[in-house]
Formats: sequence, structure tokens, C-alpha cells
Amino acid sequence: MSLSSLYIKEGRAINKAKGSLLVAESIPGIELSEIIDVQLGNGEVKRGQAIDIGKEAIIIQVFGGVSEVDLIDCKIRCKGETLKLPVSIDMMGRFFNGMGESIDGGPPIIPYDYLEINGEPMNPAARQPPSEFIETGISAIDGLNALVRGQKLPIFSGAGLPHNKIAAQIIRQATVKGEEERFALVFAAVGISYDEASFFMKDLENTGALERTVAFINTASDPVIERISTPRLALTAADYLAWEQGMDVLVILTDMTNYCEALRELSSMREEIPSRRGYPGYMYTDLATIYERAGRIMGKEGSITILPILTMPNDDITHPIPDLTGYITEGQIVLSRNLERKGIYLPIDVFLSLSRMMKEGIGPGKTREDHNNVFMQSYAAYSEGCNLREISTIIGAESLGERDKVYLSFADEFEKRFVSQGEFEKRRVEETLDIAWDLFSMLPEKELRLISEKFIDKYLPRGKSSSS
Amino acid sequence: MGKIWRVSGPLVIADEMKGSQVYEVVEIGKEGLVGEITGLDGDKAIIQAHEETLGLRVGDEVKGTGKILSVELGPGIVGSIYDGLQKSLLTLVEESGPFIKRGVKALALDRNKKWHFTPTVRDGDILGPGSIIGTVTETNIIEHKIMVPPGLKGTIRKIKGGDYTVDEPVASLEHESGVFEIKLKQEWPVRKPRPYRQRLAPAGLLTTGMRVMDYMFPLALGGKAAIPGGFGTGKTVALQQLAKWAQTHLNIYVGCGERGNEMSDVLYSFRQLKDPKTGELLQDKEIFIANTSNMPVVAREASIFVGITVAEYFRDMGYDVLLIADSTSRWAEAMREMGGRLEEMPGEEGFPAYLGSHLSSFYERSGMVECLGRPERNGSVTVIGSVSPPGADFSEPVTQNTLRIVDALYSLDVSLANKRHFPTINWLTSYSLYIDVVRNWWNDVYPEWADTRSAALKILQQEAELEEIVRLVGPEALPEGDKLLLLIARMLREDFLQQSAYHEIDAYCTPLKAGLMITAIMKFYDLAQEMLNSGMRVEEIRSSPMVYRITRMKDIPNELFEQKAKELWQEMEQELVADKGGTL
Ligand SMILES: Nc1ncnc2c1ncn2[C@@H]1O[C@H](COP(=O)(O)OP(=O)(O)O)[C@@H](O)[C@H]1O
Ligand SMILES: [Mg+2]
Repeated sequence: MSLSSLYIKEGRAINKAKGSLLVAESIPGIELSEIIDVQLGNGEVKRGQAIDIGKEAIIIQVFGGVSEVDLIDCKIRCKGETLKLPVSIDMMGRFFNGMGESIDGGPPIIPYDYLEINGEPMNPAARQPPSEFIETGISAIDGLNALVRGQKLPIFSGAGLPHNKIAAQIIRQATVKGEEERFALVFAAVGISYDEASFFMKDLENTGALERTVAFINTASDPVIERISTPRLALTAADYLAWEQGMDVLVILTDMTNYCEALRELSSMREEIPSRRGYPGYMYTDLATIYERAGRIMGKEGSITILPILTMPNDDITHPIPDLTGYITEGQIVLSRNLERKGIYLPIDVFLSLSRMMKEGIGPGKTREDHNNVFMQSYAAYSEGCNLREISTIIGAESLGERDKVYLSFADEFEKRFVSQGEFEKRRVEETLDIAWDLFSMLPEKELRLISEKFIDKYLPRGKSSSS
Repeated sequence: MGKIWRVSGPLVIADEMKGSQVYEVVEIGKEGLVGEITGLDGDKAIIQAHEETLGLRVGDEVKGTGKILSVELGPGIVGSIYDGLQKSLLTLVEESGPFIKRGVKALALDRNKKWHFTPTVRDGDILGPGSIIGTVTETNIIEHKIMVPPGLKGTIRKIKGGDYTVDEPVASLEHESGVFEIKLKQEWPVRKPRPYRQRLAPAGLLTTGMRVMDYMFPLALGGKAAIPGGFGTGKTVALQQLAKWAQTHLNIYVGCGERGNEMSDVLYSFRQLKDPKTGELLQDKEIFIANTSNMPVVAREASIFVGITVAEYFRDMGYDVLLIADSTSRWAEAMREMGGRLEEMPGEEGFPAYLGSHLSSFYERSGMVECLGRPERNGSVTVIGSVSPPGADFSEPVTQNTLRIVDALYSLDVSLANKRHFPTINWLTSYSLYIDVVRNWWNDVYPEWADTRSAALKILQQEAELEEIVRLVGPEALPEGDKLLLLIARMLREDFLQQSAYHEIDAYCTPLKAGLMITAIMKFYDLAQEMLNSGMRVEEIRSSPMVYRITRMKDIPNELFEQKAKELWQEMEQELVADKGGTL
């Protein structure tokens, strides 16, 4: 963030410190959310922000890991500026910390512009409804939860589940038909371990994507408070690349659970009335101001697609973090510990997963004419099979009727052949759909009630079907 | 004029504000951000800012306007998209590009556009409040009625047809204390319900084209309903379906604290889709209000009240208006946030104690009314709001407070969503208190409605009970009669209740088609029972060609359906005869 301007106002007389919050005597003319320099007793200068301003006192949020002790005896100066990120196309291939400062020892970035890190709300009337199919090469995503450019689609994972592998596979494989390379990746590590962060960086390096990547790294050992700014910095960089440079930007934010924990910590420090499980009541709005920065704009090149990753505490999808996220994002890819235990990669829980933008991205001219029908029929048949599987665990599979047994084995095959896929296996969407048709041929033809008859005639591999 | 004393998020406190009033609109800072006074404390005013407060300074000016938060009403509203303060979002795009800048103004009604006004009364006519003096053809669907504003009466003078801007007088009204100029535009404060002559009971079906609503849990014109459900259960799609197909004169769609892409989706698709009744573009009967989740939180409340006030205004013209609010929970959360900042005593889960009364001050503005003035006419506002319960847990305060107010509940079910049974309106837990209200309507359209409806609900109820048993003993252990019931219940669920919003033909189902479809299933039940009696097994009945025919009913267009249904019934009867013949 920029440090360039002159110090214009100064104040002292600190009244009170609490965690990283500082209450100070008011400075005339101070703006809400203005940047403050806090000079600690030992001479060190920390950055802060005015989060509450009044005639008598102001409250400053101090960044960069301070303790109350540090804040005793400090001086404050305000600079008449709000948090801004210097941006430039040269950020590509570079690494920054949660304050937006370069951490890779490379040459200084010569800024083209300074952008407010909170961004401005996109006018809904200026939005272009997203509709370009992104082929990830993953059947459970492309076939059943298709992603489109400008969408925000999180991965809901659990501790120890392979969300990083999946994200890396998506980054490696994602393509948009008939288009090349106006592509950029913005990667934000939010409170993850150093190892996890370097897993991504290695993978990006191996595939040569690193030079098209801007990375903001806040690892578990970095200041908690900077987890609040890290995703915003990432999206500010994305804003610049998408709307100024016309690039199609994919933003990976991981792990947003750490972001939410930081938000909770901050809120309790401010002594706010908590909502569910101690998280602040405004967490929905706060997350929305991050995720709603995804999108496309009428008459403008470029797009921002956001793929956040979060771990569900206790694998509980009703926990406020996944719950509020699901209310904001345009669907979710949910990972299942059950499938993982069965040894299925990618362990995607098809029932809990959803892509709300799918219908805009699929169909004739985009994927294939039968896509929507295949999608609906797959759900119906797989869901019937899973339901019978549950019943059969109690009564035994042998006591099921003939028809029911067919559905039971459909569900098994569906998991083995459709959901399951190699980490380096990339399937074209047509291949994905054909696998589904192959599986449909296990079922009585008359029960393909969600598929229009003309597609049955065209795509159902009849040779094998008659016997079952 | 006062000065900023403190700013904390959307809360602004100003001092030197003597003489201000609660609910007065103020302009804050050099950009003149819109705020509303919510309380006074000595010479300090507590203000909620409807725009982003970043960058405000202590000591900045706060100007009272002497007005309370109001909407502009007049030709040009229909087809518009507004933010929560009724700023035209399309104008904002023109003025400041694709991102919303603070403090930019955009009037709700175009001041330059001329509208053709056709008088329907003459000079010398004596008219009271609400009386219609003429019309403007606003869109291909909406005739905008120009009315004497509430509270005024007198003798019409100088009325003349012609082209006018919204600001030019089209007539004057002479009364004891002076002359009032009637313009195409009027204003009305958003928190104050518009007056009517008399409140009537809701009447008639609000046809939605969604079978599970129209047939099972009907909504009446002038009714109030809620649609709660966890994320991904289909609230927004259901509400968009209503905005598309509801057989009303006009719909108002309020996107309150929800996704931007959903607003642009309706906005742009409605420029192409056609209203099934008039054949005109849907945007000709639609008003959009968008305060998305990333826009200022305080304006969520304003968006709801702007919406309902505009709805009442068109109701007063004698129209049936549907107001859709997605989602009322976001408004409730905004109340919670402001309450927290004001350090009010929190109630349940931190929501303010007035949550219930605020919610009802919105829903209670629904209703069928006899409008003020001449000619005599009735109009209605039907309200349907979505609720977004955390963790899909309906015991939370917003859902519970809403349930105390509404008369129809569409309860959306996460487990149905996971199976992709859409709409996920749960047939066991949803209800409508409008059954008696719509009985006459249905008698005219499909007299078998009441009987088939209750028979179907009974079968679904029995299915739920049998499911419990199936879980213990498996489906094969059931007696054949129960197996058949399960088959029929399944047909009711899959071939009747399920209705994809994206199906080319099935997305909109006429009430008649709905009736014929359910009757086909019931007739098949009769037939199947005969088959069972004649010794057939359910396994065999399941593969009857009739079952297949029934699964394909959705693909038959509405207008061909009556014919096709009759053919189907005939075949069933023949099969029945053949079947009986066989056993004799
Ligand atoms: N009537 C419907 N027909 C087909 N699909 C539906 C229907 N309702 C919902 N869906 C599916 O469910 C998804 C989520 O629905 P949505 O209305 O956005 O949920 P909510 O608003 O409750 O979060 C949609 O994107 C769509 O895929
Ligand atoms: Mg929704």
C-alpha cells in the first residue's frame, strides 16, 4: 500500500489500547478509514486505520502484529489517505504480503495507479450476466456443476481433504473454448501453512503459470489482522487486471475460514454484539463485499472469476462460515469425507454441490445440446441409487427388487466411473457426457424420464442396453 | 445545519442539529450523502447513512432537508431499475460508469421526457382524492392513471390533453383554500401506507403457473406469503418465476441484500421474455429495485419500503400488483447491525426487539382494497418475501416472526434440493390459508380441483408414513396395495409437483393443465387398483405404457393439453375394459 504522501496531521495523547485497537484523542479533519501511522515507544512505525471517528476520540485499528504494550506511549500521525494498492501490469509473476508490500526481493513495482482496496460496488445494471463455459476437465464439475467466467464458486472442504490438489488441478486444466491467453491468476494465501502456500507456488511454477500470477501471501505465522486485507488486495489487483487490462482473471482465495476467524477476533476486540457462534452480525455483508467483486461488465473486456476455498469446521455445512458463504456465492463444490474414505478422487459430494450459473454456460453452441438433460437425469438416478443404498444397509441388498438393484449398481458405477478421475486426467466435456450416457444404458430406457426422446435416440448406446 | 460529531460505519452522529425531526432526510458531507435521522438526543441527531460513509470527516456539514424519505411516482417508473433510494441505476451507469460512486444523484423520473396525457374528466368536475383525471400509456401493458393526490379535493380546471413532462401541470384543482396544480408526478413518504376507501378480503387466485403453488398451496390476490429456505433451495428461482409468469398487472421485484448477477439476470432476460397473457415484453410490467449485498446496508430497508409504496400507488389505479422481496432476512440483518451500533438492547440472536413490528409494517401493506376516488375500482397488493434462515434452521427469529404475519408459507426443503426436486416446496409442511378464498375461482376453471387436491395430499401424507416402514423393512416387504400407493405418490411428486423453471414448455403450466395432469394420475390410480385386483403385480403395473405416458405429460404444450388428456383418459378406460374382459 502506498506510503508516498506527506504527513499532514499529528496527534498524541493515547487514552487506551486493547488488542490491536487504539483509542486516541481526535485529530481535527480526520476521515473515516484514513490511514494512520502509529509510532511505537521504541520508534518503530506501524500502519493503522481510523475505524471510528468522533469529535472527542477516534478508534484506530493497528496492523502488523502489535501488542497493547507496544501501543503505550505511541504517537499517531494521519496522512489524509485511505488504504490503496499500487497496481501495475508488472505485478504479474510477483509475490506480496498482506500489506501489499513486495516480499520476493524483486525490483520495486512502478505503480500505474493507486486503487482503493475496498473497491466500489458494481452497479447491477452494468453487469453482464456470465455465460462462458469454463472447461475444467473434471467430470463432476463440468458435467454437473459447470463453472462460468465471472462466477464465484467456492470449494467447501474439510480438514485433510484434497482441496488444494483439486484447486491446483482446476488451475492447470481450466480453459475456455476458442480463446487463448488473456488469462491471469491472482492467488491469495490467507492464514494457511507455509507448506500449503509453497505447494501452490511449486505447482504454478511447474506448469509455467507463475509468470501470469500475482500472489499475496499471508501465512499462519503472519499477522492475523492482515488476513482482513489480503483478499481485498488480491481483488484490487484482479480489478486492475480485469477492468483496466481486459484480462480474464481467476482469483483463488485460500483459506477463507481463516479470514472469518480473523474477522471474529477483530469483532470481539471491538466488543461488538456477536451473532451466531461469536461471528459478527455483519459477516454476510463483509464477505459479500469481497465475493461480489466477481463478475463481468457490459461492453468491457475481462472478467473476474473467484474460487475461494474454505474448510468447514467439523465438516458442518450449517456452520456460519460455509452457510453465509453459500448464501453469497453462486453455488459451492462440496467435498465429502465419505467418498474420500472410499478412495475416490475427486471426492465431490454431487448432491450438496451446486453451480447456480450452470444453465447459462451449457447447451448447444456452448457444451452440447443434451447437457442439461444428462445433468438432470444423472442427479435423479444417482440420488435414487444412493437412497436405496441407505435402505439396503439395513435390510440387505438381496431383499431389494430387480429394478432397485439396477439403481443400486448405477450409483456405485457412477461414483467409480464418473465422479472418480485421475489427478492429471483431463476430460473434454463431450467425454464427460458420454460417460454419463454409458451409465444410463444400465437403466431401463423408459425410466430416462428427464431426457427428451430425441436425445435418447441420438446418444443412448443401445447395443449394451437391452440386457439390463 | 449541523456538523458531524462521530462516524462509525453507517452510523453518523451530528451535533448542532436543533429543530430537526426524526425521520427527516439529511445531506451529509460535501458529497451530500443521503441519511435519515433515526433519533434525537439534545442537539445531537442520530443518523443512518444510506450511502457509504468512508471518507467523511468530523466537522463536515450535515444539512436538514425538511423532508422525509419519499418516492417519486409517475410515468417512467415501469421498466426501470432503481437502487434502494430510487436512484435510477441505468442513469448511474451513464453518469459514473459501471461502479457506483458515492453521492452521485440520479432522479427516479426523467424530467425531459414528454408523455401523452389523455384526460378522462372535464373542467368543472368535482373530484375527491384518488380520483382518476386521465391516463398516460406508459408501456405496452401499463396504462398509467393520473390521480388526484391523497388528501385533496375540489373542482377540475384547465385540464387539457397533450404532451407533458412529469413536472408540468396537466390540470388544476380548485378548492376552498386555493388552487393545486396536478402534475404527472406525485410524491409519497415511503414509511406511510397510502390511503384507500376500504379494505377488502383477498379474493381470487394469483395464478403463478407453478403447480405446487396454484394447485396445492394457492396464493390469493391481496395475500401475503413467505418463502423461507436454506441457501440453494430455490427461493430466488421461485421468485423469479413469479415475476415472470404471475398473472398480475404489474410486478415489483426487490433484490434486497442479494446477488448482483441475479438482478442483471432478471433485468436482461425480461427484455426478451414475453408475458404469456398479453404477449408483450415482460419488462413492460416490471419494476426492479436493487440494493445488492455489497451496496450500503442501511438502504436495504429503504429498498423494501420504496417497493411497497410504489406497489400501493399502482394498486390505487385499480391494478393487481405483486411485490416480491428477496430477501427479507438481509433487511432484518441491517436492522440488527444498526441496532448494534446504536447499542440498543438486543433481543433474540442480536436482532432488535422491534424486528417483528417492523416486518409486519411491511407485510401488512398487502391487501385487496377499494380505492379512493372515482371511478370505483378495486386494486390489490400481494406480497411475497423470501427468508434466509442461517443453517436452514426455521426456528430462528426472522422466520418465526414472519410466520406470525403471513397467511401462506412455502417452506423450502434442503433435502429436496439435494435430490434436485424443484420447486423444493415441501408438501407436508407448507400451507395456505387461502383455500376457501380461491374455491370459487377454481370452481369456474376446474371444478374437480378441491377433490383431487385433497386426495393427492392424502396420498403424499400416507407415503411419508410408509417411508418410515420402508426404511426398516425395505420396499419389497410391503403389501401390494401399499406398493401401489408408493408408486402413485412418486408419480405425484415427479410428474406433477416437480416442475423445472428451465423446461421449455413446463416452466409455465396453466391451472387447467395442472388439473388435467393430476386427474390423469388419479385416474391411473383407479385403473391400477383394478389391475391389482385382477392379480397383476405392482412391478408389472409400473412398466405399463400409461406410466410412461404420464411421465411425458410435461412436454405437452398448455394449449394442446386438454385434447391430449382426453385421449389419455380414453386409452386408460379402454385398458380398464380390456383388463376386466381378461379376468372375466
Ligand atoms: N424451479 C426450479 N427448476 C429448476 N432448477 C431450480 C429451480 N429452483 C431452483 N433451481 C436450482 O437451484 C439453484 C438454486 O436456486 P436459488 O433460487 O438461487 O436458491 P436460493 O435463492 O434459495 O439460494 C438454481 O441455480 C437452480 O440450479
Ligand atoms: Mg437466492
